[in-house]
Amino acid sequence: MAPFALAPLAGTFAYFVIFLLLGMGFGAVLEMSGFGDSRRLSAQFYLRDMTVLKVMFTGIIVAAVLVHLASALQLLDLSKVWINPTYMVPGIVGGLIMGVGFIVGGFCPGTSLVAASTLKLDGVMFVLGGFVGALAFGETVHSFSAWWHSTSWGRFTLYDWLHVPAGWVVLGLVVMALGVFVFAEQVERNFGAGRPDTADSPEAKAGLSFGVPSLNRRAAQVFAVSLVALAAVTAFVGQPDLGDRWRWIAPKAGPLLAQRDIFVDPAEVVELQRDLSLTVRVLEVRGEPEYNLFHLAGSRRISLDECGEAALVRELSSVPDNTILLLASNGEEGATEAWKRLKAQGVLNLYVIDGGINHWLEVFPPRPELAARTAPAGENASDDFGWRFSVATSAQTPSAQPDAFEPGHHAGGEGEAPGWFDGSRLPAYAFTKKVKLQKKVVAKGGCG
Amino acid sequence: MPRPAREPRPYLNPYLGGALLGVVLFLTFYVTGNGLGASAAINRLQVGTLALVAPGHVDRVAYMAEMGGGSRKPFADPSVYLLLGTFLGGLVAGALNGRVKAETRGGPHVSIPVRWALAFAGGAIMMYGARMARGCTSGQALSGGAVLSVGSFVFMFAVFAGAYALAWPLRKLWN
Repeated sequence: MAPFALAPLAGTFAYFVIFLLLGMGFGAVLEMSGFGDSRRLSAQFYLRDMTVLKVMFTGIIVAAVLVHLASALQLLDLSKVWINPTYMVPGIVGGLIMGVGFIVGGFCPGTSLVAASTLKLDGVMFVLGGFVGALAFGETVHSFSAWWHSTSWGRFTLYDWLHVPAGWVVLGLVVMALGVFVFAEQVERNFGAGRPDTADSPEAKAGLSFGVPSLNRRAAQVFAVSLVALAAVTAFVGQPDLGDRWRWIAPKAGPLLAQRDIFVDPAEVVELQRDLSLTVRVLEVRGEPEYNLFHLAGSRRISLDECGEAALVRELSSVPDNTILLLASNGEEGATEAWKRLKAQGVLNLYVIDGGINHWLEVFPPRPELAARTAPAGENASDDFGWRFSVATSAQTPSAQPDAFEPGHHAGGEGEAPGWFDGSRLPAYAFTKKVKLQKKVVAKGGCG
Repeated sequence: MPRPAREPRPYLNPYLGGALLGVVLFLTFYVTGNGLGASAAINRLQVGTLALVAPGHVDRVAYMAEMGGGSRKPFADPSVYLLLGTFLGGLVAGALNGRVKAETRGGPHVSIPVRWALAFAGGAIMMYGARMARGCTSGQALSGGAVLSVGSFVFMFAVFAGAYALAWPLRKLWN
């Protein structure tokens, strides 16, 4: 399924050619749309010629429809597509500065390349100026670095914001864009300098009007209707749900589950927590009452529903590369389901604590006056809490943070071990290590 | 009798141009998982050039070192290949339509040296803003807009707002 993992090709000629060809398509379209001419670009801001708006918005809606349609038809995995992260305030200020540069210089970076390639000397000067601007930014960004990284909302889309399915957002966008086009045509009729097809007019000779082929009404209608229809299909088919995503990865991820390769023994968890080169985060898929009775130190309670939501996935996908994510439920059922859901959405370095909290408390038993096992030992299949606590201990018992203890340095370290875990010694038994740290493929895109 | 100069062919209908642009952008997403862009590559060319003359400086400035510090190769990046393609694509399309011609285009009342100076200044301002906004009109507005990024739409409005706000005071430049 697209997008294709091109990273392994890096450095090869094919890799170069792929990007070169895509770039050529881009450059050719910009040139053929008249974007190599600064007069035409600036005319947008004097309402004479709405080409910039029309080309850009048409490009956006056509690409948006195709991208989300491909995703709906399960041809493209949108979770692997780079979506520009939102840095709200720097984006707005940078945009305003760019607007100033646009009206002063008459180009934007992409269009200036096309102007320069067709020997428009003002385009060449703009590109040269661009190098200076890039240099100036590199030299000064350290002085406002904190601000530049502020209002970072990450991967934040219109459908995340509006809580409307992506396909419907696309449909709405298409309809809005069509409205904008009707408006743009009206503006051109009112302010445009004698269009269309007036190559001989005085305005045209002064470079203020452009011989745009007049709009073919019939073709425009067909185009508009087919865009709306495609967007409607996208909306009705809907984006792939968690079940679909699990089916995509089931051939690979299913065996991991079946062979229990993702179930990490509590002893390995402690080992990971003690490894200073790693960060371990525990997510407990448990109800609030039993979570309050006992939970692991530093853990966080999540619900199964959250595992299908963008916010949690975004958070877990953006953790540092050395982070191991561990899921735990009372038994294994809830955590396994959470693993499937999060894994299907591409979360890396995700494991389940073997036997859940029920088993954890068997390995690191609390004092008998605090808690007693209510289910037979080793009974971890069900997700019922198999322990009865006399008080809510939160994470205040040694059992909640065995990694915090230095073995042998606590009371009882010399003599006979007590029947509960007091931090004096870790249970010693053989276990199979399961965790293998996977590195994220750095996805930086477009202008990033 | 002088041979008549080859007339440049007219530009595409903007909606057709836009539709083609959308198809290219979709193909880029489909194949690479990323959108189109220009300013990152211009930035890399700048850093790479600087690294040739002052490698130590590039190493010491964090923002540049990320692209061209140490043994990193600032030019060996997809964005640079894309930029090369954009340049070539523009050249090919321009040549086929008789539009490759050394000339300066600008408002009718602006002399050529002034136009060059303004283009240079505009380019500098534009790239400064583009790096601040983490992308230019293509990488941020177009690519981010197509995948419905909230920041990209807000950015787009900011660009138009900035340009429209100054259009009237600067009307002599273009009219």
